[in-house]
Amino acid sequence: MLDTSVMIRDAAKKLLDQKRVDLIIGFETGTLPLRSTPCFVRTSEEAEKLIWNASCENNLARYLRGREEKVGIVAKGCDTRSIISLIKEKQVAREQVFIIGVPCHGMIDRRKIEAKLDGKEILEADEATERVILKGRDFTETINKAEFLHNSCNTCSYRNPVIYDVLIGDKVEEKRGIDEYGEVKEFEAQPADRRWQSFTNEVSKCIRCYACRNACPLCYCQECFVDSSQPQWIGKTTNLSDASIFHIVCAFHTAGRCVDCGACDRACPMGIDIRKLTRKIEKDVKELFHYQAGVNLEDVPPLAAFSLDDPQQFIR
Amino acid sequence: MRINKMQGEKLDEWEPKIIAFLCNWCSYAGADLAGVSRHQYPPNTRIIRVPCSSRISPLLILKSLQRGADGVLISGCHPGDCHYLSGNYVARRKFAILNNLLEYLGIEKGRVHFAWVSAAEGKRFAELITEITEEVRALGPAKELVKKLD
Repeated sequence: MLDTSVMIRDAAKKLLDQKRVDLIIGFETGTLPLRSTPCFVRTSEEAEKLIWNASCENNLARYLRGREEKVGIVAKGCDTRSIISLIKEKQVAREQVFIIGVPCHGMIDRRKIEAKLDGKEILEADEATERVILKGRDFTETINKAEFLHNSCNTCSYRNPVIYDVLIGDKVEEKRGIDEYGEVKEFEAQPADRRWQSFTNEVSKCIRCYACRNACPLCYCQECFVDSSQPQWIGKTTNLSDASIFHIVCAFHTAGRCVDCGACDRACPMGIDIRKLTRKIEKDVKELFHYQAGVNLEDVPPLAAFSLDDPQQFIR
Repeated sequence: MRINKMQGEKLDEWEPKIIAFLCNWCSYAGADLAGVSRHQYPPNTRIIRVPCSSRISPLLILKSLQRGADGVLISGCHPGDCHYLSGNYVARRKFAILNNLLEYLGIEKGRVHFAWVSAAEGKRFAELITEITEEVRALGPAKELVKKLD
């Protein structure tokens, strides 16, 4: 981890000194153990702050849009896929971004660790290659990273950056034989009323803070449909019907674009399983239109194209 | 957009309310032909004319269900007949995803309908509306997405 941090710093310093980029977006140590926070570096002295560890979970592609300067960005596999989506949607230009690709072993989910620790506060975390040593007031515990990864990391099959200008370290082996959509299939197999019940159970937790929307690198409408008052599509309260429509439409808007980085899921303070919806759409898009978002720069996004023999059994 | 329940409406007098979004060039003309040809069909459908089936945003469908529609019909030109050449093809992809998503979440099948109706299919339009009205009637009043103020 330390090596990777040093390599990122060196790459960043070089880029800034040679004036190849004006800004580097990366991670710095957060204020709490097991937390990293996005940081914006403009000089090579500042580049010393840059770090890399298993808590660099944010999708930094979120910060790419609307910049005039040339930007270097530290990006994991999923982040590079988001960047591809943004390039395809002409939100950023490929020439404007310098991608510092970092192969990723998966990011740790603090909530899973907190659940295991049963309320005990972590005061210090020491990270090694495969394990993390957690220290608190009167306990020390060693955990295996692989058991505490984010759900989106568990089903990830793009751990290596898809596009990059420089790669930090060696590529990691991609996971094989994972049932990518296992959870979706399980949900599909339930009876309709049970599905509706569990959907409304999830949605009823929503406090409409829009953290999911703000964390998503692809939610960038100038005016979001939830903010619009002419017409006012849905009410602004936590009313169940309004919240349901909010989540359905939000998920629908990611159709053919979502790369399952899990940013929405991680941002949700209420622990709503937002990926349950986005994953289903991802699966459908793959099955119906043979498209996967953010895997290359060439494929045309599915909702910007059509084929004469698209499925239409549902239309009379 | 607002669909108010009639005052003093009793349950045994319940009649399904169906919102039909019809494309200007084919389905709306089909509905017109049904009328001109004196084909009978139930009066439960409220028609909203739209420029093209691809004009229909999922929000329009969901909002209809939220505000008390018991069923929604979206209808446009047959593939190959679109006035704008490819509008209905684009819409078809969008609706495929939406239709699957609504079913996945457990919204009753038979609330949201999609159909291709041409300007020459007046009789078919009348039959289609009759079928859909009976299907929605069998399902009863919409429950899932209806907005309750509590």
